[in-house]
Amino acid sequence: MLQTFFNLEIVGAAWRIILAGLGNTVLLSLVVVPLGLLGGLALATLASVRNPWVRWPLMAWVDFFRAFPPLVLLIFLFAGLPFAGVELGGFACVCIAFFLNTGAYYGEILRAGVESVPTGQSEAARSTGLGRLQTMLFVVLPQAVRNVLPDLLSNTLEVVKLTSLGSVVAMPELLFQARQAQSLTYNPTPIVLAAAIYFLMLWPLVRLLSRLENRALAGRG
Amino acid sequence: MAAKPIAGSIVQARGIHKHFGALHVLKGVDLLLAERELVFVIGPSGSGKSTLLRCLNRLEEPSSGSVMVDGVDMLDARTDINHARQRIGMVFQSFNLYPHMTALGNVTLALRKVAGKTRNEADTLGHAALARVGLADRAGHTPGQLSGGQQQRVAIARAIALEPRVMLFDEPTSSLDPELVGSVLGVMRDLRESGMAMIVVSHEMGFARNAADRVVFMDEGAIVEEGTPAEIFERPVQERTRAFIGQIQRH
Repeated sequence: MLQTFFNLEIVGAAWRIILAGLGNTVLLSLVVVPLGLLGGLALATLASVRNPWVRWPLMAWVDFFRAFPPLVLLIFLFAGLPFAGVELGGFACVCIAFFLNTGAYYGEILRAGVESVPTGQSEAARSTGLGRLQTMLFVVLPQAVRNVLPDLLSNTLEVVKLTSLGSVVAMPELLFQARQAQSLTYNPTPIVLAAAIYFLMLWPLVRLLSRLENRALAGRG
Repeated sequence: MAAKPIAGSIVQARGIHKHFGALHVLKGVDLLLAERELVFVIGPSGSGKSTLLRCLNRLEEPSSGSVMVDGVDMLDARTDINHARQRIGMVFQSFNLYPHMTALGNVTLALRKVAGKTRNEADTLGHAALARVGLADRAGHTPGQLSGGQQQRVAIARAIALEPRVMLFDEPTSSLDPELVGSVLGVMRDLRESGMAMIVVSHEMGFARNAADRVVFMDEGAIVEEGTPAEIFERPVQERTRAFIGQIQRH
């Protein structure tokens, strides 16, 4: 059993490949998380505009990309668009898919955060001459982010896990590399190794999240 | 067509109407405020007095009418509203201090981002404004560490730091515990003595008697009666004014 699932010889042979995959997963996360946050920020800022011509398309956009499975979106971009003559690389496809999908999620979280800030805050800011964007940036968003920090962190956790979708479009991230190593060695040990790395990487975040959530509950009580 | 400014008057609101959907909240209100004048606005809740105040700096968009403040047409689309608002300080019932900043941070934000001061200049002006409201030693405290009265005084400092030409007070003491009201009224009295033009929506009748030049009684979106404090409080002419004054004096 140990020989099959945790073969030290295989670990010795595969660890370089897998470590390279870990590096790429970290890099990919460092690209797609800010990208998603940026998209979310734009959506949340636009959502504070009361104009129905902004509001309705925005809601449709967010709903669509929250209901659309990110794996399907990614495969469509990667394998569907070439039929229309649009060939994007795997990396570009992952970036676009995450921008659209996680941007919609971050957008909803941040919108809830913005709405949790009393209107008196922006009225006070506007009364001193701050513009709409300045008010958002300096007064509303800092409070909004603090109010929804557990949700933002939880979504970030999901995003890091979802970077494994990149393996589908041949991004050499952790899962993809582990599968490469698996097929080279005819042994599942690399997959176990990848799983262990995911766990070790994300577990501290999970702990932190639990603490934040407990504190938020205590604060409400 | 914009109304011509009257010499010596800092605020001129004319024919202000405000609709919220089917609700007609202001029904053609005229309000003039002279330089150095303190006008008190009283009236039952829902009479439109807060809405009137908020129309003056366009936190609320009047449905029609004209508003001139310090010679600037507030409703003209060409007016830089953010620039104009620096000249109109506003103090709110619920303080509305930024909870994620210190007292000094609250006072200096607009100085830096709107008035274009450097951090050092803004800090100097901010400390001076806090000193004026008696809170020089609280600059580093966050709103959560201050009493309600102190918070409201920081809010006043935030407004006066921008050197406004007129100050609007929207029920500044209504959410304060009785023992904290005095400190806020004290700061308002100092401001008044320094010559600041002020419009105060409040039920602090004692303060109105001592400090107001004029009292305006509003009901159902219109001005019913106005006069000196003595006229309104001792010898109101209108039946509705008399009923209202009687009601609040019983409390």
